[in-house]
Amino acid sequence: MKALARLYVALIIFFLYAPVLVMIVFSFNESASVWVFQGVSTKWYTGLIADTAMLNALKHTVIIAVLSAVISTVLGTAAAVGITGIRNKLSKKLLMSVTQIPMMNADIVTGISLMLLFIFIGKLIGLNESLGFFTVLLAHITFNLPYVIMSVLPKLRQTDSKLREAALDLGCSPVQAFFKVILPAISTGVLTGFIMAFTLSLDDFVISYFTCGHYQTLPIIIYNMTKKSVTPDTYALSTIIFVAVFALLIFYNVLQSKTDKKSAKPIRH
Amino acid sequence: MKNKSLGSKLLSAPYIVWAALFIIVPLIIMLYFALTNEAGVFTLANLSEIGKYKKAFGLSILYAAIATVITLLLAYPMAYFMTKLKISSQRMLLLIVMLPMWMNFLIRTYSWISILANTGIINTFLGKLGFGPVQLMYTPGAVILGMVYDFIPYMILPIYSVMSKLDKSLLEASEDLGANAFTKFKKVILPLTRPGIISGITMVFVPSVSTFYISQKLGGNKTMLIGDAIEYLFNLGVDYYNIASAISMVLMIMILVCLFVMNRFSDDDDGGVVI
Repeated sequence: MKALARLYVALIIFFLYAPVLVMIVFSFNESASVWVFQGVSTKWYTGLIADTAMLNALKHTVIIAVLSAVISTVLGTAAAVGITGIRNKLSKKLLMSVTQIPMMNADIVTGISLMLLFIFIGKLIGLNESLGFFTVLLAHITFNLPYVIMSVLPKLRQTDSKLREAALDLGCSPVQAFFKVILPAISTGVLTGFIMAFTLSLDDFVISYFTCGHYQTLPIIIYNMTKKSVTPDTYALSTIIFVAVFALLIFYNVLQSKTDKKSAKPIRH
Repeated sequence: MKNKSLGSKLLSAPYIVWAALFIIVPLIIMLYFALTNEAGVFTLANLSEIGKYKKAFGLSILYAAIATVITLLLAYPMAYFMTKLKISSQRMLLLIVMLPMWMNFLIRTYSWISILANTGIINTFLGKLGFGPVQLMYTPGAVILGMVYDFIPYMILPIYSVMSKLDKSLLEASEDLGANAFTKFKKVILPLTRPGIISGITMVFVPSVSTFYISQKLGGNKTMLIGDAIEYLFNLGVDYYNIASAISMVLMIMILVCLFVMNRFSDDDDGGVVI
């Protein structure tokens, strides 16, 4: 039974990684084919460095991800604190339902509805080309916000409301009470929200596709590449991303197990 | 007290404005497009046009449903076996399951072509064994495979997250009370992991039913799903925004109805996200 379970887990992992493996192997292909392997070469990697369109897209993706994650974390944390304080059950429930719409809805519907809004506003203020950097940023903040709010809210619920009152009694201003008492208590939720927002933004294709105009992010440029015939340079790019993420996760894991050990020590005493 | 509610109003005010402008208003504009013609005159013609896309709707629902069921059947044992391992191995496996999610899903989908194509890896292998090439690409199976592959982590993670919090003493109690493995699964494990199953199903079904990339790449021109129809019409230009909006509207309502029905099966009213 145990061997069978192990075999099953191994098979699922194989299924998850088969395409990744294929991608890595063919990124080193000598020829331009992504299915016939004709010898090892790193020319697709060196070619990437010279590809300014690709590098620009990478820059755009990072800019959008950082900005949208920061803005949605600030806005979303404030919103979560505000929502916790709302007394009226009905308006709270209504606000929560609206918040969940972008999470529940299909990305394509969210993307299209935002595109229609941007075009509509663009026409109102007389712009020829209303889609671009700014609209992608607005769209990303919009779909990030619910995830930030949803990761901060549970932490706020766990935080004792008396803490804040105690801080106020001891002479803190409401702003001080927030930064000295509430924020440290919810910091893990805020961090989770930020990381989620950042990764969602990095990876988003569908919503960017409808709101970007001529502003190209990495997923958009990859989409355009796969529309024509794909050469191994797309695979090379993805392999680099894969290795970077892999290294990041390993680093994070090592860090976490170290802090686990540290926090476990006093208990053992 | 008054001070507090004023403060919270001030804090949530920017978000409320944001949500109204970027969540509600866009949907209203979409509704407006769906119910007007190119000249902006009220009409129900777009809604009756949708009949033409009956087949696309049907195929999308069918493929997404099959993909969701397969994903659930594959992911549930995986999540179960994961919880049986040492904590450190569990954490490692969790990373392994999540890692592909961090990669661009366009590429992950695309590299299946290298595997499935007539000159691809599987067919090369079959050819060496003496079998002729089997048509794997541009089939419904390839599209469903793509959906299962792309979204299976979204099924494994919520089920695992619920299962790892399962109270072991309940399982022991059911054994003590004479339940065999099957009864234990049916009466204890399954009901307790239902919230995870339900969030997994929604997280797989919604992106599957509305996809356009997977069907474009792995299904070729033969399979037109509802996402393909919407994307195609929007790319045709402004004249087609009305009908495309109408289809999007119907897709959205369909998804919301599905979610509503699903949520009735879930007694988890916490409203949190399980990731």
